[in-house]
Amino acid sequence: MATTGAETQHGSTNAVIEIPADEHSVGTFPPFDGTTYASQLLWLAITFGLLYWIMSKVALPRLSGILEDRRDRIAGDIAEANRLNEESNAAIAAYEQALAEARNNAHKIAQDTREKLKADVDRRRAETEKGLAEKLSQAEARIAEVKTAALGNVGEIATETTSSLVEALIGKAPTATELNKAVDTAMK
Amino acid sequence: MANDPISQFKITKLVPIEVGGLDLSFTNSSLFMVATTAVVATFLILSTSGRGLVPGRWQSVAEMSYEFVANTLRSAAGNEGMRFFPLVFSLFMFVLIANLIGMFPYFFTVTSHLIVTFALSMLVIGTVMIYGFAKHGAKFLKLFTPDGVPPVLFILVTPIEIISFLSRPVSLSVRLFANMLAGHITLKVFAGFVTSLIAAEGLGIMGPVFSVLPLAMTVALTGLEFLVAFLQAYVFTVLTCMYLNDALHPSH
Repeated sequence: MATTGAETQHGSTNAVIEIPADEHSVGTFPPFDGTTYASQLLWLAITFGLLYWIMSKVALPRLSGILEDRRDRIAGDIAEANRLNEESNAAIAAYEQALAEARNNAHKIAQDTREKLKADVDRRRAETEKGLAEKLSQAEARIAEVKTAALGNVGEIATETTSSLVEALIGKAPTATELNKAVDTAMK
Repeated sequence: MANDPISQFKITKLVPIEVGGLDLSFTNSSLFMVATTAVVATFLILSTSGRGLVPGRWQSVAEMSYEFVANTLRSAAGNEGMRFFPLVFSLFMFVLIANLIGMFPYFFTVTSHLIVTFALSMLVIGTVMIYGFAKHGAKFLKLFTPDGVPPVLFILVTPIEIISFLSRPVSLSVRLFANMLAGHITLKVFAGFVTSLIAAEGLGIMGPVFSVLPLAMTVALTGLEFLVAFLQAYVFTVLTCMYLNDALHPSH
Protein backbone atom coordinates (compact mmCIF):
# COMPACT_ATOMS: atom_id res chain seq x y z
CA MET A 1 0.00 0.00 0.00
CA ALA A 2 2.83 2.29 0.90
CA THR A 3 4.58 1.52 -2.38
CA THR A 4 1.56 2.43 -4.45
CA GLY A 5 1.38 5.70 -2.61
CA ALA A 6 5.03 6.32 -3.26
CA GLU A 7 4.68 5.47 -6.90
CA THR A 8 1.72 7.71 -7.48
CA GLN A 9 3.46 10.63 -5.89
CA HIS A 10 6.66 9.77 -7.68
CA GLY A 11 4.83 9.75 -10.97
CA SER A 12 3.00 12.98 -10.38
CA THR A 13 6.06 14.96 -9.29
CA ASN A 14 8.23 13.51 -12.04
CA ALA A 15 5.79 14.75 -14.61
CA VAL A 16 6.31 18.32 -13.47
CA ILE A 17 10.09 18.42 -13.02
CA GLU A 18 11.23 16.08 -15.74
CA ILE A 19 11.98 18.83 -18.24
CA PRO A 20 15.28 20.14 -16.75
CA ALA A 21 16.32 16.61 -15.80
CA ASP A 22 16.25 15.70 -19.46
CA GLU A 23 19.17 17.99 -20.10
CA HIS A 24 21.58 15.35 -18.79
CA SER A 25 21.59 11.89 -20.18
CA VAL A 26 18.58 10.54 -18.35
CA GLY A 27 18.93 7.08 -16.88
CA THR A 28 22.65 7.33 -16.14
CA PHE A 29 23.44 7.11 -12.48
CA PRO A 30 24.86 10.60 -11.81
CA PRO A 31 28.15 9.49 -10.19
CA PHE A 32 28.87 7.34 -13.25
CA ASP A 33 27.94 10.02 -15.78
CA GLY A 34 31.26 10.59 -17.52
CA THR A 35 30.19 13.86 -19.10
CA THR A 36 30.48 15.61 -15.73
CA TYR A 37 33.97 14.28 -14.91
CA ALA A 38 35.98 16.98 -16.65
CA SER A 39 34.12 19.77 -14.90
CA GLN A 40 34.32 18.04 -11.51
CA LEU A 41 38.03 17.38 -11.87
CA LEU A 42 38.75 20.94 -12.96
CA TRP A 43 36.79 22.51 -10.13
CA LEU A 44 38.15 20.05 -7.61
CA ALA A 45 41.66 20.95 -8.73
CA ILE A 46 40.91 24.65 -8.46
CA THR A 47 39.15 24.53 -5.08
CA PHE A 48 41.39 21.94 -3.46
CA GLY A 49 44.48 23.64 -4.83
CA LEU A 50 43.27 26.92 -3.41
CA LEU A 51 42.50 25.26 -0.08
CA TYR A 52 45.95 23.64 -0.01
CA TRP A 53 47.58 26.97 -0.79
CA ILE A 54 45.63 28.82 1.93
CA MET A 55 46.31 26.06 4.44
CA SER A 56 50.02 25.80 3.78
CA LYS A 57 50.66 29.53 3.40
CA VAL A 58 48.33 31.14 5.93
CA ALA A 59 46.27 28.96 8.24
CA LEU A 60 48.72 26.27 9.29
CA PRO A 61 51.75 28.52 9.87
CA ARG A 62 49.54 30.75 11.96
CA LEU A 63 48.12 27.84 13.95
CA SER A 64 51.50 26.26 14.54
CA GLY A 65 52.81 29.70 15.52
CA ILE A 66 50.05 30.08 18.08
CA LEU A 67 50.67 26.60 19.47
CA GLU A 68 54.42 27.13 19.54
CA ASP A 69 54.06 30.48 21.28
CA ARG A 70 51.89 28.88 23.88
CA ARG A 71 54.28 25.97 24.33
CA ASP A 72 57.20 28.37 24.70
CA ARG A 73 55.25 30.53 27.08
CA ILE A 74 54.23 27.57 29.21
CA ALA A 75 57.77 26.17 29.17
CA GLY A 76 59.11 29.60 30.10
CA ASP A 77 56.58 29.98 32.89
CA ILE A 78 57.40 26.54 34.23
CA ALA A 79 61.12 27.32 34.12
CA GLU A 80 60.47 30.62 35.91
CA ALA A 81 58.34 28.84 38.50
CA ASN A 82 61.09 26.26 39.01
CA ARG A 83 63.67 28.99 39.38
CA LEU A 84 61.52 30.81 41.95
CA ASN A 85 60.88 27.56 43.73
CA GLU A 86 64.58 26.87 43.91
CA GLU A 87 65.18 30.38 45.15
CA SER A 88 62.61 30.02 47.87
CA ASN A 89 64.06 26.65 48.81
CA ALA A 90 67.49 28.22 49.08
CA ALA A 91 66.04 31.03 51.18
CA ILE A 92 64.36 28.49 53.43
CA ALA A 93 67.63 26.56 53.79
CA ALA A 94 69.53 29.76 54.57
CA TYR A 95 66.91 30.78 57.08
CA GLU A 96 67.02 27.40 58.73
CA GLN A 97 70.77 27.47 58.86
CA ALA A 98 70.71 30.95 60.38
CA LEU A 99 68.13 29.78 62.83
CA ALA A 100 70.23 26.79 63.81
CA GLU A 101 73.30 29.03 64.19
CA ALA A 102 71.40 31.49 66.30
CA ARG A 103 70.11 28.68 68.42
CA ASN A 104 73.62 27.35 68.88
CA ASN A 105 74.89 30.80 69.75
CA ALA A 106 72.12 31.37 72.21
CA HIS A 107 72.84 28.02 73.77
CA LYS A 108 76.52 28.85 74.01
CA ILE A 109 75.86 32.29 75.45
CA ALA A 110 73.50 30.81 78.00
CA GLN A 111 76.08 28.19 78.88
CA ASP A 112 78.85 30.78 79.19
CA THR A 113 76.72 33.06 81.29
CA ARG A 114 75.73 30.21 83.51
CA GLU A 115 79.35 29.19 83.97
CA LYS A 116 80.46 32.75 84.54
CA LEU A 117 77.75 33.30 87.11
CA LYS A 118 78.59 30.08 88.80
CA ALA A 119 82.26 30.97 88.94
CA ASP A 120 81.36 34.40 90.28
CA VAL A 121 79.11 32.96 92.89
CA ASP A 122 81.72 30.41 93.86
CA ARG A 123 84.38 33.01 94.09
CA ARG A 124 82.25 35.29 96.22
CA ARG A 125 81.16 32.49 98.42
CA ALA A 126 84.76 31.46 98.91
CA GLU A 127 85.60 35.07 99.72
CA THR A 128 82.76 35.36 102.16
CA GLU A 129 83.64 32.06 103.73
CA LYS A 130 87.20 33.11 104.03
CA GLY A 131 86.17 36.42 105.66
CA LEU A 132 83.87 34.59 107.98
CA ALA A 133 86.58 32.11 108.91
CA GLU A 134 88.93 35.00 109.62
CA LYS A 135 86.38 36.76 111.75
CA LEU A 136 85.66 33.50 113.51
CA SER A 137 89.29 32.86 114.33
CA GLN A 138 89.66 36.47 115.51
CA ALA A 139 86.62 36.08 117.70
CA GLU A 140 87.90 32.80 118.99
CA ALA A 141 91.26 34.37 119.74
CA ARG A 142 89.53 37.17 121.64
CA ILE A 143 87.38 34.74 123.48
CA ALA A 144 90.47 32.74 124.41
CA GLU A 145 92.16 35.97 125.50
CA VAL A 146 89.18 37.09 127.54
CA LYS A 147 88.88 33.63 128.95
CA THR A 148 92.56 33.51 129.92
CA ALA A 149 92.25 36.95 131.43
CA ALA A 150 89.12 35.96 133.25
CA LEU A 151 90.70 32.77 134.45
CA GLY A 152 93.72 34.76 135.72
CA ASN A 153 91.35 37.02 137.62
CA VAL A 154 89.49 34.02 139.02
CA GLY A 155 92.71 32.75 140.72
CA GLU A 156 93.27 36.14 142.33
CA ILE A 157 89.66 36.48 143.42
CA ALA A 158 89.68 32.93 144.74
CA THR A 159 92.88 33.55 146.65
CA GLU A 160 91.47 36.75 148.16
CA THR A 161 88.17 35.15 148.97
CA THR A 162 89.84 32.12 150.44
CA SER A 163 92.18 34.35 152.50
CA SER A 164 89.21 36.34 153.78
CA LEU A 165 87.19 33.17 154.50
CA VAL A 166 90.08 31.48 156.28
CA GLU A 167 90.74 34.64 158.28
CA ALA A 168 87.12 34.83 159.23
CA LEU A 169 87.04 31.17 160.20
CA ILE A 170 90.25 30.78 162.05
CA GLY A 171 91.13 34.41 162.71
CA LYS A 172 94.47 34.16 161.14
CA ALA A 173 95.34 34.91 157.51
CA PRO A 174 97.12 32.09 155.68
CA THR A 175 100.37 32.64 153.92
CA ALA A 176 100.44 33.45 150.30
CA THR A 177 102.17 30.19 149.41
CA GLU A 178 99.61 28.11 151.16
CA LEU A 179 96.80 30.03 149.67
CA ASN A 180 98.11 29.67 146.10
CA LYS A 181 98.69 25.98 146.61
CA ALA A 182 95.21 25.44 147.98
CA VAL A 183 93.54 27.52 145.26
CA ASP A 184 95.49 25.78 142.51
CA THR A 185 94.48 22.40 143.84
CA ALA A 186 90.85 23.40 144.06
CA MET A 187 90.81 24.89 140.55
CA LYS A 188 92.19 21.83 139.04
CA MET B 1 11.47 13.95 -7.90
CA ALA B 2 10.91 14.49 -4.19
CA ASN B 3 10.95 10.75 -3.63
CA ASP B 4 13.63 9.87 -6.11
CA PRO B 5 16.71 9.02 -3.99
CA ILE B 6 19.06 9.46 -6.96
CA SER B 7 18.12 12.97 -8.03
CA GLN B 8 20.10 14.50 -5.12
CA PHE B 9 23.30 13.40 -6.84
CA LYS B 10 22.36 14.99 -10.13
CA ILE B 11 24.82 17.56 -11.38
CA THR B 12 23.27 20.66 -12.90
CA LYS B 13 25.12 23.34 -14.76
CA LEU B 14 24.98 26.75 -13.17
CA VAL B 15 27.38 28.54 -15.52
CA PRO B 16 27.95 26.57 -18.71
CA ILE B 17 31.59 26.68 -19.80
CA GLU B 18 32.95 24.71 -22.70
CA VAL B 19 36.58 24.69 -23.73
CA GLY B 20 37.68 22.73 -26.77
CA GLY B 21 34.70 20.39 -26.62
CA LEU B 22 35.27 19.73 -22.92
CA ASP B 23 32.40 20.50 -20.61
CA LEU B 24 34.00 22.51 -17.79
CA SER B 25 30.79 24.11 -16.55
CA PHE B 26 30.49 25.60 -13.13
CA THR B 27 27.96 23.19 -11.65
CA ASN B 28 26.23 22.72 -8.34
CA SER B 29 29.09 20.37 -7.47
CA SER B 30 31.60 23.14 -8.23
CA LEU B 31 29.56 25.51 -6.11
CA PHE B 32 29.76 23.22 -3.10
CA MET B 33 33.47 22.62 -3.66
CA VAL B 34 33.93 26.37 -3.54
CA ALA B 35 31.72 26.49 -0.46
CA THR B 36 33.79 23.78 1.23
CA THR B 37 37.03 25.61 0.58
CA ALA B 38 35.46 28.90 1.63
CA VAL B 39 34.10 27.46 4.88
CA VAL B 40 37.38 25.79 5.83
CA ALA B 41 39.54 28.77 4.90
CA THR B 42 37.24 31.37 6.46
CA PHE B 43 36.85 29.35 9.63
CA LEU B 44 40.55 28.77 10.11
CA ILE B 45 41.59 32.29 9.21
CA LEU B 46 38.95 34.08 11.26
CA SER B 47 39.25 31.82 14.29
CA THR B 48 43.01 32.28 14.46
CA SER B 49 43.06 36.00 13.63
CA GLY B 50 43.19 36.88 17.33
CA ARG B 51 46.25 34.67 17.85
CA GLY B 52 45.09 34.40 21.43
CA LEU B 53 47.48 32.93 23.93
CA VAL B 54 44.40 31.70 25.71
CA PRO B 55 42.19 30.41 22.91
CA GLY B 56 38.57 31.38 22.52
CA ARG B 57 35.90 28.91 21.53
CA TRP B 58 36.53 29.03 17.78
CA GLN B 59 40.27 29.11 18.10
CA SER B 60 40.04 26.05 20.34
CA VAL B 61 38.21 24.18 17.60
CA ALA B 62 40.81 25.23 15.04
CA GLU B 63 43.64 24.16 17.37
CA MET B 64 41.90 20.89 18.12
CA SER B 65 41.58 20.06 14.43
CA TYR B 66 45.22 20.96 13.95
CA GLU B 67 46.40 18.82 16.85
CA PHE B 68 44.07 16.00 15.86
CA VAL B 69 45.42 15.72 12.32
CA ALA B 70 48.99 16.36 13.48
CA ASN B 71 48.76 13.54 16.05
CA THR B 72 47.22 11.19 13.52
CA LEU B 73 49.97 11.92 11.02
CA ARG B 74 52.75 11.78 13.59
CA SER B 75 51.62 8.46 15.04
CA ALA B 76 51.32 6.88 11.58
CA ALA B 77 54.32 8.34 9.77
CA GLY B 78 56.53 9.72 12.51
CA ASN B 79 57.96 13.21 12.70
CA GLU B 80 59.25 13.05 9.12
CA GLY B 81 55.66 12.70 8.05
CA MET B 82 55.00 16.26 9.18
CA ARG B 83 56.33 17.49 5.82
CA PHE B 84 53.04 16.25 4.35
CA PHE B 85 51.01 17.95 7.04
CA PRO B 86 49.49 20.67 4.83
CA LEU B 87 48.33 18.03 2.36
CA VAL B 88 46.89 15.72 5.00
CA PHE B 89 45.26 18.58 6.86
CA SER B 90 43.72 19.99 3.68
CA LEU B 91 42.43 16.55 2.74
CA PHE B 92 40.90 15.97 6.15
CA MET B 93 39.24 19.36 6.32
CA PHE B 94 38.05 19.22 2.72
CA VAL B 95 36.50 15.77 3.05
CA LEU B 96 35.07 16.47 6.51
CA ILE B 97 33.48 19.78 5.59
CA ALA B 98 32.26 18.48 2.22
CA ASN B 99 30.63 15.56 4.04
CA LEU B 100 29.10 17.81 6.70
CA ILE B 101 27.82 20.39 4.22
CA GLY B 102 26.17 17.52 2.38
CA MET B 103 24.14 16.80 5.54
CA PHE B 104 22.09 19.95 5.02
CA PRO B 105 18.82 19.19 3.24
CA TYR B 106 18.89 20.17 -0.46
CA PHE B 107 22.64 20.60 -0.37
CA PHE B 108 24.91 18.73 -2.73
CA THR B 109 27.44 16.25 -1.36
CA VAL B 110 30.69 16.71 -3.24
CA THR B 111 32.16 13.46 -1.90
CA SER B 112 29.22 11.38 -3.14
CA HIS B 113 30.80 11.39 -6.59
CA LEU B 114 33.33 8.70 -7.30
CA ILE B 115 35.42 10.91 -9.57
CA VAL B 116 36.02 13.39 -6.74
CA THR B 117 37.05 10.80 -4.17
CA PHE B 118 39.10 8.97 -6.79
CA ALA B 119 40.91 12.19 -7.71
CA LEU B 120 41.68 12.81 -4.04
CA SER B 121 43.00 9.29 -3.52
CA MET B 122 45.06 9.50 -6.71
CA LEU B 123 46.51 12.68 -5.30
CA VAL B 124 47.56 10.70 -2.23
CA ILE B 125 48.92 7.72 -4.14
CA GLY B 126 50.62 10.03 -6.63
CA THR B 127 52.31 11.86 -3.77
CA VAL B 128 53.38 8.54 -2.27
CA MET B 129 54.85 7.26 -5.55
CA ILE B 130 56.56 10.48 -6.59
CA TYR B 131 58.00 11.16 -3.16
CA GLY B 132 58.89 7.50 -2.65
CA PHE B 133 60.87 7.24 -5.86
CA ALA B 134 62.39 10.70 -5.48
CA LYS B 135 63.59 9.98 -1.96
CA HIS B 136 64.53 6.32 -2.13
CA GLY B 137 64.90 5.67 -5.87
CA ALA B 138 64.83 1.96 -6.61
CA LYS B 139 64.83 1.19 -2.90
CA PHE B 140 61.20 2.29 -2.88
CA LEU B 141 60.47 -1.04 -4.55
CA LYS B 142 61.45 -2.73 -1.30
CA LEU B 143 57.85 -1.97 -0.45
CA PHE B 144 57.01 -5.09 -2.45
CA THR B 145 59.61 -7.31 -0.81
CA PRO B 146 58.89 -7.22 2.89
CA ASP B 147 61.72 -7.89 5.31
CA GLY B 148 61.85 -11.24 7.03
CA VAL B 149 60.28 -13.10 4.11
CA PRO B 150 62.42 -15.84 2.54
CA PRO B 151 63.40 -14.79 -1.01
CA VAL B 152 61.71 -17.91 -2.43
CA LEU B 153 58.37 -16.58 -1.28
CA PHE B 154 58.81 -13.33 -3.19
CA ILE B 155 57.26 -15.11 -6.19
CA LEU B 156 54.10 -15.27 -4.15
CA VAL B 157 54.39 -12.23 -1.89
CA THR B 158 55.46 -9.60 -4.39
CA PRO B 159 52.44 -9.94 -6.71
CA ILE B 160 50.18 -9.77 -3.66
CA GLU B 161 51.95 -6.65 -2.43
CA ILE B 162 51.70 -5.08 -5.89
CA ILE B 163 48.01 -5.86 -6.16
CA SER B 164 47.36 -4.48 -2.67
CA PHE B 165 49.32 -1.35 -3.55
CA LEU B 166 47.38 -0.85 -6.76
CA SER B 167 44.05 -1.44 -5.07
CA ARG B 168 44.73 1.27 -2.51
CA PRO B 169 43.44 4.21 -4.56
CA VAL B 170 40.38 2.17 -5.49
CA SER B 171 39.55 1.13 -1.94
CA LEU B 172 40.35 4.58 -0.58
CA SER B 173 38.06 6.34 -3.03
CA VAL B 174 35.28 3.76 -3.19
CA ARG B 175 35.03 3.58 0.61
CA LEU B 176 34.35 7.29 0.96
CA PHE B 177 32.17 7.53 -2.13
CA ALA B 178 30.06 4.47 -1.28
CA ASN B 179 29.56 5.53 2.32
CA MET B 180 28.34 8.98 1.37
CA LEU B 181 26.21 7.71 -1.51
CA ALA B 182 24.60 4.90 0.45
CA GLY B 183 23.97 7.09 3.48
CA HIS B 184 22.24 9.79 1.49
CA ILE B 185 20.19 7.30 -0.48
CA THR B 186 19.07 5.59 2.72
CA LEU B 187 18.15 8.90 4.30
CA LYS B 188 16.20 9.93 1.23
CA VAL B 189 14.39 6.61 1.00
CA PHE B 190 13.26 6.69 4.61
CA ALA B 191 12.32 10.33 4.39
CA GLY B 192 10.38 9.49 1.24
CA PHE B 193 8.43 6.84 3.16
CA VAL B 194 7.20 9.52 5.52
CA THR B 195 5.62 11.61 2.80
CA SER B 196 4.27 8.65 0.86
CA LEU B 197 2.67 7.16 3.98
CA ILE B 198 0.99 10.46 4.78
CA ALA B 199 -0.19 10.80 1.20
CA ALA B 200 -1.29 7.15 0.91
CA GLU B 201 -5.03 7.17 0.12
CA GLY B 202 -5.78 3.59 1.12
CA LEU B 203 -4.58 3.99 4.69
CA GLY B 204 -6.74 6.89 5.79
CA ILE B 205 -5.87 8.07 9.28
CA MET B 206 -3.39 5.22 9.72
CA GLY B 207 -1.06 6.68 7.10
CA PRO B 208 0.15 9.64 9.20
CA VAL B 209 0.26 7.35 12.26
CA PHE B 210 2.52 4.81 10.56
CA SER B 211 4.66 7.58 9.08
CA VAL B 212 6.09 8.15 12.54
CA LEU B 213 8.18 4.98 12.14
CA PRO B 214 10.18 6.04 9.07
CA LEU B 215 10.40 9.53 10.54
CA ALA B 216 12.07 8.14 13.67
CA MET B 217 14.34 6.10 11.42
CA THR B 218 15.24 9.22 9.46
CA VAL B 219 16.14 11.06 12.64
CA ALA B 220 18.30 8.18 13.84
CA LEU B 221 19.95 7.83 10.42
CA THR B 222 20.69 11.55 10.35
CA GLY B 223 22.65 11.13 13.57
CA LEU B 224 24.41 8.11 12.14
CA GLU B 225 25.22 10.00 8.95
CA PHE B 226 26.89 12.77 10.92
CA LEU B 227 29.02 10.12 12.57
CA VAL B 228 29.78 8.55 9.19
CA ALA B 229 30.64 11.97 7.75
CA PHE B 230 33.28 12.45 10.42
CA LEU B 231 34.41 8.84 10.51
CA GLN B 232 34.96 8.58 6.77
CA ALA B 233 36.96 11.80 6.74
CA TYR B 234 39.05 10.35 9.58
CA VAL B 235 39.47 6.97 7.88
CA PHE B 236 40.52 8.70 4.67
CA THR B 237 43.07 10.70 6.65
CA VAL B 238 44.43 7.75 8.61
CA LEU B 239 44.89 5.67 5.47
CA THR B 240 46.53 8.63 3.75
CA CYS B 241 48.96 8.84 6.66
CA MET B 242 49.72 5.13 6.46
CA TYR B 243 50.38 5.29 2.73
CA LEU B 244 52.60 8.32 3.24
CA ASN B 245 54.48 6.30 5.83
CA ASP B 246 55.26 3.79 3.08
CA ALA B 247 56.71 6.60 0.99
CA LEU B 248 58.90 7.67 3.92
CA HIS B 249 59.90 4.22 5.14
CA PRO B 250 59.45 1.73 2.29
CA SER B 251 61.25 -1.16 3.99
CA HIS B 252 58.46 -1.75 6.48
